[in-house]
Amino acid sequence: MIKLKKNIALSESGFIFDPSTGDSYSVNQTGSEIIEYLKEGLSEDQITDKLKDTFDSDEEQLRKDLDDFLHHLRQLKMIENV
Amino acid sequence: MSEKLRYERPVIQKLNTGLMNKFGTNLDYSPIIEIEGIEVKKLIEEYGSPLFVLSENKIRKKYQHAVRTFSSRYPKVQFAWSYKTNYLNAICSVFHQEGSWAEVVSGFEYEKALANNVPGNKIIFNGPDKSNDDLKNAVIHNSMIHIDHLDELYCLIKLAKEINARPRVAIRVNMDTGVYPMWDRFGLNYENGQAWDALNKIQASGVLDLKGLHCHIGTFMLTPNAYGMAASKLADLAFRVQQKFGISLEYIDMGGGLPSSNNLKGAYLPGIDIIPSIDEFAEAIATGLINSPIRPEDLPTLIMESGRALVDEAGYLLGTVISNKRLSSGKRATIMDFGVNILFTSFWYNHKINPAQPTTDYLEDMEIFGPLCMNIDVIRESISLPPMKKGDQVVVQNVGAYNVTQWMQFITLRPNVVLIDSNAKAHIIRKKESTDYINSMELVPDHLKSFKL
Ligand SMILES: Cc1ncc(COP(=O)(O)O)c(C=O)c1O
Repeated sequence: MIKLKKNIALSESGFIFDPSTGDSYSVNQTGSEIIEYLKEGLSEDQITDKLKDTFDSDEEQLRKDLDDFLHHLRQLKMIENV
Repeated sequence: MSEKLRYERPVIQKLNTGLMNKFGTNLDYSPIIEIEGIEVKKLIEEYGSPLFVLSENKIRKKYQHAVRTFSSRYPKVQFAWSYKTNYLNAICSVFHQEGSWAEVVSGFEYEKALANNVPGNKIIFNGPDKSNDDLKNAVIHNSMIHIDHLDELYCLIKLAKEINARPRVAIRVNMDTGVYPMWDRFGLNYENGQAWDALNKIQASGVLDLKGLHCHIGTFMLTPNAYGMAASKLADLAFRVQQKFGISLEYIDMGGGLPSSNNLKGAYLPGIDIIPSIDEFAEAIATGLINSPIRPEDLPTLIMESGRALVDEAGYLLGTVISNKRLSSGKRATIMDFGVNILFTSFWYNHKINPAQPTTDYLEDMEIFGPLCMNIDVIRESISLPPMKKGDQVVVQNVGAYNVTQWMQFITLRPNVVLIDSNAKAHIIRKKESTDYINSMELVPDHLKSFKL
């Protein structure tokens, strides 16, 4: 399961602050939705379904992009390894 | 069901406070949906991707503006189209229709100009490499031959005697104009007396018809002053020729080198913010000539061989995203279907690239690569663009100069080139290459024709 680091603050405008490092980030709308879902504790499959409902894209593309995005979050140390 | 939102792949990036947009420049990534009235999507559908597109309208406008700018400052002005900058026959013909002569630097370009129906006496033949046959051809057609070195001078004297002709000549002069590097490998030097020496030899030969003086002091020059200095030095030589030999030279050819609005690599600010306007160059050159000791009624025609400044902005390269990757550093890499093979100028320009479809305002830092299996195949080391996915299309701007001449047939074939005319109609002006076309140039010796694997 994927776990977003605690205390990550996400603003409506797509601004993210990680208090543990002091780093800030910006995300686009898709990224912002994914981070919301991660906060809610949704799984990859659940997130893909949600995105499918919201956006005009196919499942294969969404999965591929989500996977890449989670990879990047891990690289930025915003996801805790559990 | 309610309408779904346009999808853009998720992106996150770290904000480096203080470093963002440190030049305070306007990052213009707005989509270019159409070019001269034709949708980018349609162009790619019809002619394939990648695709070079040139705007006839833009070439004509730019040319007319340049002519006006110089003519309003100097009484006699003539442009000569620098073939090497873009020698597709259709493009040359646009310039010739506008009144431009031809400037060529090889036997091949010379033949192209003749085939384009440029009268021989309106072709200027420059460059260090003119074979005996090239020279003979140029003499027969009464072209202006710009002598690059003494070997060529002696060769011409001999030829003139052999075929009993009187070649029309000028010499190319190099000189110190305060810019570094100084282009002193072409032509004869002003300061050390070489140029004056050559002019004397020409007159002493009695068989050459001295018509003018030529220089080309560099390319993508950012200092109008250098042109002013070059113009004064050539005018000084012309005056000395008049004093000593009693002939008024017909023209002074100031070459090319005026910049386009591209972004030179290593420049701190985008081209558009630092390049002097064409007016400033015209002013410097005209002043240099008019303020010289030459009497007003003897002022020579000013010839300009501007290349990139006239055609760069009329050219676009359309391309398609092949793939997105994340580099080990976490940085985004976008791979395009065009590389340095056809966009040769990405070695010295940071080309402006815009998406060809609507995007959000979100920007992502990325590196842009071409499709070649080569590490050098980098189109932009760093650029901020909206996220793009496979199949998205882009427009590279300001690529009209030196790409369709310096492109390489390497790994893959060269694409179609189209010209959009003033009525928004597209014409193929160079067909995309085929494997058959490439193979038709090759021969395989009999003993290599069969093998077993
Ligand atoms: C002799 C000569 N004239 C004109 C040009 C055109 O130069 P540009 O495209 O910089 O105007 C060149 C380019 O190298 C040149 O060598």
